[in-house]
Amino acid sequence: MDWQALTLTLRLASITTVILLMLSVPLAALLVLGRSRWLAFLEAIATLPLVLPPTVLGFFLLVLLGPRTAIGRAIIVLLGHPLAFSFSGLVVGSIVYSLPFAVQPLVAGFGAVDMALVDAARLLGAGPARVVFTLFIPLAKRSLLAAGILTFLHTVGEFGVVLMLGGDIPGSTRTLSILLYNQVENFDYAAAARTAAILLTLSIAALAAIYIGSRSRGGRRA
Amino acid sequence: MLEFALDARRGHFCLQAKGRFSSEWTVVFGPSGSGKSTLLRLLAGLDPPSQGKVVFDGETWTDTAQDIYRKPGRRGVALVAQQPALFPHMSVAANVGYGLAGLDRKERTARVSEMLTLVEAASFAHRGPRELSGGEAQRVALARALAISPRLLLLDEPFSALDGAASDALLSRLQSWLGERRVQTVLVTHDATDAYASGAEVAQLHEGKIAAVGPAASVLSIERRRILDRLGDS
Repeated sequence: MDWQALTLTLRLASITTVILLMLSVPLAALLVLGRSRWLAFLEAIATLPLVLPPTVLGFFLLVLLGPRTAIGRAIIVLLGHPLAFSFSGLVVGSIVYSLPFAVQPLVAGFGAVDMALVDAARLLGAGPARVVFTLFIPLAKRSLLAAGILTFLHTVGEFGVVLMLGGDIPGSTRTLSILLYNQVENFDYAAAARTAAILLTLSIAALAAIYIGSRSRGGRRA
Repeated sequence: MLEFALDARRGHFCLQAKGRFSSEWTVVFGPSGSGKSTLLRLLAGLDPPSQGKVVFDGETWTDTAQDIYRKPGRRGVALVAQQPALFPHMSVAANVGYGLAGLDRKERTARVSEMLTLVEAASFAHRGPRELSGGEAQRVALARALAISPRLLLLDEPFSALDGAASDALLSRLQSWLGERRVQTVLVTHDATDAYASGAEVAQLHEGKIAAVGPAASVLSIERRRILDRLGDS
């Protein structure tokens, strides 16, 4: 049992989830409340990681964060080391990779809030931030929970981006899914089965939490 | 004094309304689909017009030519629609206090209870909106809108869920409250008797245009004859 890979994976998923929710709530609110036609492009970009092969995404990030680009060079100057092949690099990669899994449920949840309520709040002097905190978040709690859990699970299971961007450094970038791949390559099927079982259990438990949450509030259509 | 000249397009519907409402109580009368709600939303600033302007008491609220657009919450305007749109996760009192974030706690509590008394809703201040009848919810929506001390009140058939007697009693209390505070009011309705009852300035809206403005007796003479003919027939 590789505790190091397990804790690394959980740490990566937790940090990614927290940062991504903080970014996605304002982004989803902008997509729901905004009127500009440019928002269609923004939504397309925020959804892109859903359809892009993870290896392609990992490759772009690897190049972008490496010494070949101005952004990459700036990061090297600021941090003293490149983001690629480090835990922070994985966090950046995971945030981009899991973005649609946080934004989509929030856009659906916020969009389902009656716009007449938003109009009433605007007339009473509420700005966008107050609309988000007093209406969107309390009325779309379940979407927020779904966004958090989906982001967490998607990050736990990510493979292509981690492989391209993080390599396979124990304690730094070797997550459970990379570990599983290594174990299979080494024909250590017994260890691979244990790793796979952990990933499976995590996924089932988290999904069950979403559905228990929605059923306890009086069925799915409540 | 409310002055406006507005052009707006909503699908196939085109609103081209121009008017000047100077009396304290103006009733905009028009059948369904004549653009009444659209007009109120444009005046409140909830939707931008394609072009045009809105000026209230010398303050420009909207002017597309000069790129002026004041946010709804900064106009001192209240709009109460047919659908009460109460915040479902807050109590009646919290709904009424929502627009009073700038006041301290004591002032806020006092204002909320004043408003609830005005609309006779004090007895269910701690209930949730889901436990209210349609009429109760409309009264709370009115209290919430008036709590911010608006200078202009826009009413979009807000008493539709109240029965006749209750609606008349509320209307007379409301009118004296508004009169004391010199709040200008624009009420839209498709009901000619409502327009008559208030005895106010009446503007007739027809297919997105203001067809006539004046005293109820002259603007609504045709409507009045139609209603009387109908009553005579039966």
